[in-house]
Amino acid sequence: MGFKEFCFKKSLWLFHFGGASCNNCDIEILACLTPRFDVERFGMQLVGSIRHADVLLVNGSINQKDKVRLLELYRQAPKPILVVAIGACGCTGGIFAESNVFAGPVDKIIPVDAYVPGCPPKPEAIIAGIVKLLNKKPAKQKTA
Amino acid sequence: MGKELFYYFVYPGFLFIAITGGILSWYDRKITAWLQFRKGPPFLQPFYDFLKLLLVKETILPAKGSKMTFLLAPVLSVTGAMLAGILIMVPATGIDTGFTGDIIVIFYLLTIPSLTYIIGALASGNPLAAVGASREMKLIISYELTFLLAVAAVIMKAGLSISMLDIIALQQDGAFIGSISGILLFVVIILTMQAKLGMVPFDMAEAETEITHGSFIEYSGSAYALIKLTKYIMLFILPVFLCILLLGGFRLDGIHILWSVLKVLGIVLLLTIIRNTNPRVKIAQAMRFFFIWMNLIAIIAIVLILFGF
Repeated sequence: MGFKEFCFKKSLWLFHFGGASCNNCDIEILACLTPRFDVERFGMQLVGSIRHADVLLVNGSINQKDKVRLLELYRQAPKPILVVAIGACGCTGGIFAESNVFAGPVDKIIPVDAYVPGCPPKPEAIIAGIVKLLNKKPAKQKTA
Repeated sequence: MGKELFYYFVYPGFLFIAITGGILSWYDRKITAWLQFRKGPPFLQPFYDFLKLLLVKETILPAKGSKMTFLLAPVLSVTGAMLAGILIMVPATGIDTGFTGDIIVIFYLLTIPSLTYIIGALASGNPLAAVGASREMKLIISYELTFLLAVAAVIMKAGLSISMLDIIALQQDGAFIGSISGILLFVVIILTMQAKLGMVPFDMAEAETEITHGSFIEYSGSAYALIKLTKYIMLFILPVFLCILLLGGFRLDGIHILWSVLKVLGIVLLLTIIRNTNPRVKIAQAMRFFFIWMNLIAIIAIVLILFGF
C-alpha cells in the first residue's frame, strides 16, 4: 500500500445522498456518527459539499428525478471517489423494484464499490461494510 | 543569510508553525469529541487530511468563474497567515530583528486570510459561496474595530510602545492580565479570536447546515488543502498573539516551555468549550454583539487604563 493510498484511507470524508428513501437508512447512517459508534475514530467526517467528499453514500430507491441529480453529483465529485450503496433499495431496488418511476438500482447508474444490504442495515453492518471497502484492492478509477 | 532563512522557513517559522497548528487542530477535535462523549480522531488526523487533499484528490475549477483568482486566493491566504506567524513568532522566541512597529503590521496581516476567503468565494461564481462571502464581509466589518481597540488598549498599557519585544519585556515582572482592564481585554480578544477563526458562535460564513461550507463550497483538492493549512496556522498564531499581548509572552527556553505550552493549550481549550456550548448566531446578532457590547467593554478598558487600573 503506497503512502498516498494510506493517507486516503485514513481520512475518508462522507457525503450523504438520500434518494426516494423512507428515512430509515438515513437515520441509521446518522447513528454511525453519534457517540455510540463514532466513525470519527477512523477519520471519517460528514461534509456538506460534494467537492470535499471521498465517499458518496447512496440510500433509498432511485426514481427518475433522483437519477439526474445522482449523475450530476457523481460528475461533479473530485476523483477518486468511492460509492457505497446502502440498504435494500440502494442495492437492488427492494420493494420498489417494479414501480413505474423506478430508474434502476444504484449500480445501473454509477459504478458502486461496496454494497450494504438490509432494511435498514444496522450501524454495525454499515461499519463492517466500510471496513471491507478499506481492505479491498483499489480498482483503477477513470476520471470521468 | 542562512540563519535568517532557517528562522523564516524552519524554526520558529513556517514548518514549526504549520506542524504545531496541525497538532492544535487535533487537540481541538479531540476535546470536542470528549465533550460529546465520543472517542475522537487519531493523533495524526489533521496531517492525513492535509496530505490526502494535497496529493490524492483532484482539483476542480469552476466553469463559470475567474479560474486564476480562484486558485490564487488560497495561496495568498497561506502567505498572509505565514507572514503574520513569522512576525509573531520571531519576537516571541526572543530573536531581535530591530523592527519597531511590527504589532501594526501583524494587525493588518491577520486580516488577509479572511479577505482572501471572500475573494476566492466570489471568484467561484457559486451563489451559496456569494452568500458566505457577504456574511464574512459583514463579520470582518463588525470585529475589526473591536480588535483594533483591544490592540490599541494594549499599546496604551505598554506606555505607547508599538514593538512586540518591548511589550514582552514590560510584562516580565507581572503580566497585563493581572489588572481589571487586562481581564476585560482578555474577554474581548477571546471573543474576537472566535470570530477570526470562524468558530461556532460566529461561523455563519461557512455554516454547514444552511449554506454547506459557504465560502469554501467550490474548493477541492490541493486548493482546499491550502485553506486547511491556513486554518491550522491561524489556530496556532492567534493564541500566541494573545499570549504576547496579555499573558506575558511565549518563551521557548528552559522551564518557560512548560508555561508557554500550558498557556496556548488553555486558550485553545477555552475557544473549544465556547464553540461546543453555543449555537450559531445570526449575522445581525453578531454585528450588534461586537458593535455595542464588545466595543463598550474595550472602551471601558481604555478608560480604566487612562486612570491607571
